[in-house]
Order: sequence, then structure tokens, then C-alpha cells
Amino acid sequence: MDATALLESTGALLPHLTVLVTGLVILTLDLFLTPQSRYLNEVVGLIGLLVAFLFTLSTAGAPRQVFMAMAVVDYLGAFFNATFLLIAALTILLSASYVRREGVSAGEYYALVLFATTGFMFVAAAADLIMVFLAIETLSIATYILAGLLREDPHSQEAAFKYFMLGALSSAFFLYGIATIYGALGNTNLVNVAQALGQGDFSPLLLMGMALLIVGLGFKAAVVPFHMWAPDVYEGAPTAVTAFMTAGPKAAAFAAFLRVFFQGFTTPDMVQHWAPIFAFLAALTMILGNFVAMAQQSLKRMLAYSSIAHAGYAFVALVAHNTLGASSILYYLVAYTLMSLGSFTVLMVVARREGPLYAFDDYAGLGTTHPLLAAMMALFMFALAGFPPTAGFAGKFYVFSAAVQAGYYWLALIGLLTSVVSVVYYTRVVMLMYMREPNGAQPIPRLAPTTMAVLGITAIGILYMGIFPGGVMRLAEHSVAFLFQAKM
Amino acid sequence: MIPLPHYLTVSAILFTTGAIGVLMRRNALIMLMSLELMLNAVNLSFVAYARLHQDMGGHVFVFLSITVAAVEAAVGLAILLTIFRTRATVDVDNLHLLQR
Amino acid sequence: METFLFWIFAIVGVGGGIMVVFHRNPMSSAIYLVVTMLCLAGFYALLAGPFVAVIQVLVYAGAVMVLILFVIMMLNLREETLQREGGMATWILAGLIGLVLVVAVLPPFPRTPAGTPPPEFGTIEAVGNKLFTMYMLPFELTSVLLLIGIIGAVILAKRRML
Repeated sequence: MDATALLESTGALLPHLTVLVTGLVILTLDLFLTPQSRYLNEVVGLIGLLVAFLFTLSTAGAPRQVFMAMAVVDYLGAFFNATFLLIAALTILLSASYVRREGVSAGEYYALVLFATTGFMFVAAAADLIMVFLAIETLSIATYILAGLLREDPHSQEAAFKYFMLGALSSAFFLYGIATIYGALGNTNLVNVAQALGQGDFSPLLLMGMALLIVGLGFKAAVVPFHMWAPDVYEGAPTAVTAFMTAGPKAAAFAAFLRVFFQGFTTPDMVQHWAPIFAFLAALTMILGNFVAMAQQSLKRMLAYSSIAHAGYAFVALVAHNTLGASSILYYLVAYTLMSLGSFTVLMVVARREGPLYAFDDYAGLGTTHPLLAAMMALFMFALAGFPPTAGFAGKFYVFSAAVQAGYYWLALIGLLTSVVSVVYYTRVVMLMYMREPNGAQPIPRLAPTTMAVLGITAIGILYMGIFPGGVMRLAEHSVAFLFQAKM
Repeated sequence: MIPLPHYLTVSAILFTTGAIGVLMRRNALIMLMSLELMLNAVNLSFVAYARLHQDMGGHVFVFLSITVAAVEAAVGLAILLTIFRTRATVDVDNLHLLQR
Repeated sequence: METFLFWIFAIVGVGGGIMVVFHRNPMSSAIYLVVTMLCLAGFYALLAGPFVAVIQVLVYAGAVMVLILFVIMMLNLREETLQREGGMATWILAGLIGLVLVVAVLPPFPRTPAGTPPPEFGTIEAVGNKLFTMYMLPFELTSVLLLIGIIGAVILAKRRML
């Protein structure tokens, strides 16, 4: 690769590099900060993310492969990058008070969050299976460390270990899948894979490879039956990290699914193999996630299962291999990110030190003691349940419409029924807040401005996307248009 | 000359053995070593396929895979150490705080 | 000669792998894993991959396993009993998965291998050539991964909070 190509490629990947460099800067800067000036960590982080966002806007364009066909820069990548940058920014904001409260080493924490975000962005920019693998490993290992960051807390240790063990197991399956595809086709570039499949190159090895890839990515997205790690890990990890984990790695896993299956295994005879599998997994996930969520005693664990259920809804959109399916996944991921980050922030604020972790009773009478906070939580709960005019409703509407359009009526029906079931456990929280007396427990400390900013941004975002869904949907459709152009 | 499928069969056997180890053993260190066994098995597949296609890409993948495995081992051991400090054992059956 | 070597490596390697998983003492499992890794290095050499064979021995068997052995000795573990509840279902599942994997790789390949590769195949020059041109981006991303690993190992395992 000569110098001009190198410069051009680097320029195309500037958003990713910026996030990486910001992480490095924070890591070094933290050595020189005093406790009074610690806030500079967050400031530098946010500035870096803003710069990366500007670069994302400037590099978005028609699809082009860079770095010797290892990475691809296009509108789809830009959309995902914007989503990941938003996740990172909100995480930095909501972690600000958490990091100080728990005494976690801030520099490394933010650096790891930013490195994980770099991993997310590289997943969305991957043009080759090996890049997907490495990017997933980057984000995964950063997240394993984040989950275990409260070193003295046995819950955190346990969460980190379980996450690591099952995450590494899934990586091994994924890698075996890559090896099998490599063996069948001699190539791991996704576009080349699609071309080879289009020419009728077919062998049973491909199916085996595809199955292994599904297993590997399924773990990361926490779809049933690969979800076993998620409730324990989400419950045990530090709450700010859990908020990050339910948003970022999950969105990145779906980005990987989109790249691998909508760009790679995209020929009709391949689609007819994986779409039914996806439908089956989606149904299982929606059913199990919602029903088990009802039985939980801890709000954090309930939200963990709800997160699994939402991955199921998003998976339904993957089944529909058309423009509406792909764009509704993008919309849903943004909506879900906002809902999840918002609700976990409230969780983080209301958490008690003594007593059962994240018990429902902490929320009794919140409507009277902290009306604004309770209103936010009510909004998040309604959004997750899918009430209009929230983004949750619009997201589910698009996703189920995509399934219907593709002919999967039964799947949309299961989605609707399980959504109705979910209303039960979401409104339970709302009723607790407004219809029970406050139980005189330890008062909630005043919210830091950063936390209030997170709550405000997510709440406004949910309402905006719910009332005016067209804006984001149009962006999403524009991003996925190229995936289906060649077909017609 | 050894036909290619023989190598692939060995790889599959090692992979499955490693998977059994990760899922069945209680000792965290042995789980970690079983994981390394799985990754080694995949590397063997890569080299075998590289030989088939006469493409160096497979060897590069192995190089990167070994690096990733080393990082995973390091981080996994670090996590294990935090557990061991509190509980003085690496028996994963003791990790039951989060079961419900 | 090659046939003889293959079968030696195969039997010892698979045997070692089984012993890793089924032995009681972690120290012995580690040694068996080293044995298996060395057999794999032998396979790589047979498959015209001299560079990866050397790397396997140096990095995997040499560095990673030594690290694991260090930790085993540091934790001073005793033997454990091998019982595990809920055994039968997992055994069957594992057996099925293994069978599928083994069978799936058998049909599509011709029984004779591809022709002999050129002499530069698998050498360090060939790997370096690919690594620094075509696979440069994965290479750089791996360096980020290594940094993350270092950070993680230090902040998780250090004795006192800095």
C-alpha cells in the first residue's frame, strides 16, 4: 500500500482514530490530575467524542473499502458510529458521579470505555471477518475488565469472571466459524464472500461456518439460548458499566450481524437458510426474556431480562431481509440505547448501599419524594413497554411491520403478545412509585448535573423519536439503501 | 501424504474436548486452559486450510489469534486473581452470589 | 515419514488434550497442555508453516503457558474431585456437537492434498509481507487489544489502589 492510499485510508477512519487517541490522552492525563481537577477526564472525553462525531459526518459517503479491503466506510458505518458515540458520551456523563462515589480509578475507566467504543466502531466498519473478530475481541476484553472494576466487590468479580468465560467461549466458536468459511471459500472479505456465493459456490462447510458464526454472535447479543451469562453479569457489574454493556456491546453485536449476514451471506439461497433460524431464536428470546422478567425480585435483574427481550425484538427485524428490516433495526437500536441508558441511570441513583441489592421497595413512593425522577422513570418504563408516543412504540411498530412485510406473521404476533406481557412488569414499577407510600428509607443524594443531563437527553430523545420518528428512520433508510440496491 | 481432512478431524476433536472442559470442569484454571485448547484447535484449522488454498492469510490469522489468546489469558488470570483474593479458592461453584 | 510423524503428533496431541480436561491437578493439566501445543507446532511444521510453528512454541507454549503455570503455583492449589452435577445431558450434547464438527469437515475435500507450495510459503518473509500490507489494519487493532490487556491486568491484579 503506497503513501497516498495509506493517508486516504487513515483519513477515512479518523473517527475511530480520534476515539482511540482520546482514550490514550485520558490515560496519560490522569497521571497528572489532582482530585479537584478530575473533571478534566470527562471534559477531554466529551470533546474527543465530539470531534469524532464531526469526523463521522465528514467521512460518511458512498461505500468504499479502505486499508486493503479490511475496513469499509459508508453511511451505515456512519450511522452506527453516531450511535456508538452517543452511547459513549452518555456513559461518560452518567459515570461521572458513579466513579467518584465508588472510588474507581477514573482514568482507566474512561480509557476502557473509549477503547471499547473504538471496538464498536471498528465492528461497524469491518469489511473482513477477521476485522469483525478483532473488533469484537477489543470491545469484549475492555468490557470484561470494566465489569470487574470494583475489585473488592464479590458480585463484580463474579460478573467479570462469568462474562469472561462465556465471552471467550463464544469468541472461540466465532473464530472456528471464520476458519470454516476461510476453508470453504479461501477468502474472508465479506463482499468477496457474497460474490462467491452469488456464483453458486456452495458446500456444507459454509452452513457449518454460518452456524458457528451465529453461535458466536448470538452470545454477544444475548439471544436465547446463548443468554445464560447476561442476567448474572448485568446484575453483578457496577451499574454504570451495566448501563454501558446493555447499550454498546449489544448494538455492536447487531452491527456485526448486519455486516456479516446482510453484506456477506446475502444471496437468496443463503438467506433462506439463516432467516428461519433467526426467526426461531427471536421468538425464543422474546418469550423467555419477557416471562422470566416478570418473576424477578431485583429491579436490576428485571431490567437485565428486559434487555434480553429487547434483543429479541431487534432480532425480529433481522429476519426480514429487506430495507424496512434493516432500517428498523437501526432505529430500534437507537431507541433502545436511550431507554436502557436512561433507566439504568435512575437505577444507579436510587440504589441503596445496605439491604437487598436494587430491591423494588426502594422505589416505593418515589412519586411523592422525587417527582421529577419518578416521572423520568415512568417515561422509561412506558417506553420500554412500547407505549405511544415513545420511541419504544415506534421501534416495535417498525420492527413488527418489517416482519409482516417479509411474511413472518407468526413472529410479529409473538412479538405483540410478549410486548403485552411486558407491560405487566414495567407498570409494576410505575405503580410502586405512585401508589405506595414512601417507606422512609435513606434519602437519595442530590443529582449531579451530569446525571441530570443524561436523564434529560435520554428522555427528550425518547419523546422526540416517538413523536417524530420520520427523521431518524429516513437516516436509517439512507444508510441501508446500498445493501439492497443490486437486488432489484 | 496426509489428506487434509485428517488435520481437520484432529482440530474438531480438540475443539470439542476443550468445549467439554470449559463447560464441565469446576476449577477456573482448568476452564481457562480448556479455552486455550479450543483456540489452538481453531489455529490448526486455519493452517490446514491455508495449506489447501496456498494462501498466507491463514498463517496471519494464526499469528493474530495467538496474540488475542495471550491477551485473553492475561485478563482472565487477572480476573481470577481478584476472585482468589476474596475467596481463597478458584472453585467456580463458589460463584453463586448471582444465582437466583 | 510424514505419515509416521502425523500419527505420533495426532495421538499424543489428542491424548494430551483429553488429559488437560480430565485430570484432577491443574499443574498436570498445564503440562499436558504444553505437550499438546508442542504437537500442534509439529502439525504446523508438517503443513508447511515453519513460522507459525516457531511462534506457537515461543509465544503459546513458552509465554502463555508459563504465565498460567506461574499463577497455578502462586495460588498453590490442591487437587479437586472431578464430580460435576447434571452430567449426562451435557455429555450427550458435547458428543453430538463433536460428532457434527468431525463429520462436517470430512466430505468436501479431496483425499489428496493440494500440490506442493512454493518454497517461500510459510516463511517469515511471506508472513511479514502479508501482515504489513494486506493485514495492516488488523495488526494495528491487535496492538490496541494488547494495550487494553495490559491495562486490565494491571488494574485488576495490583495489590493496592493507586
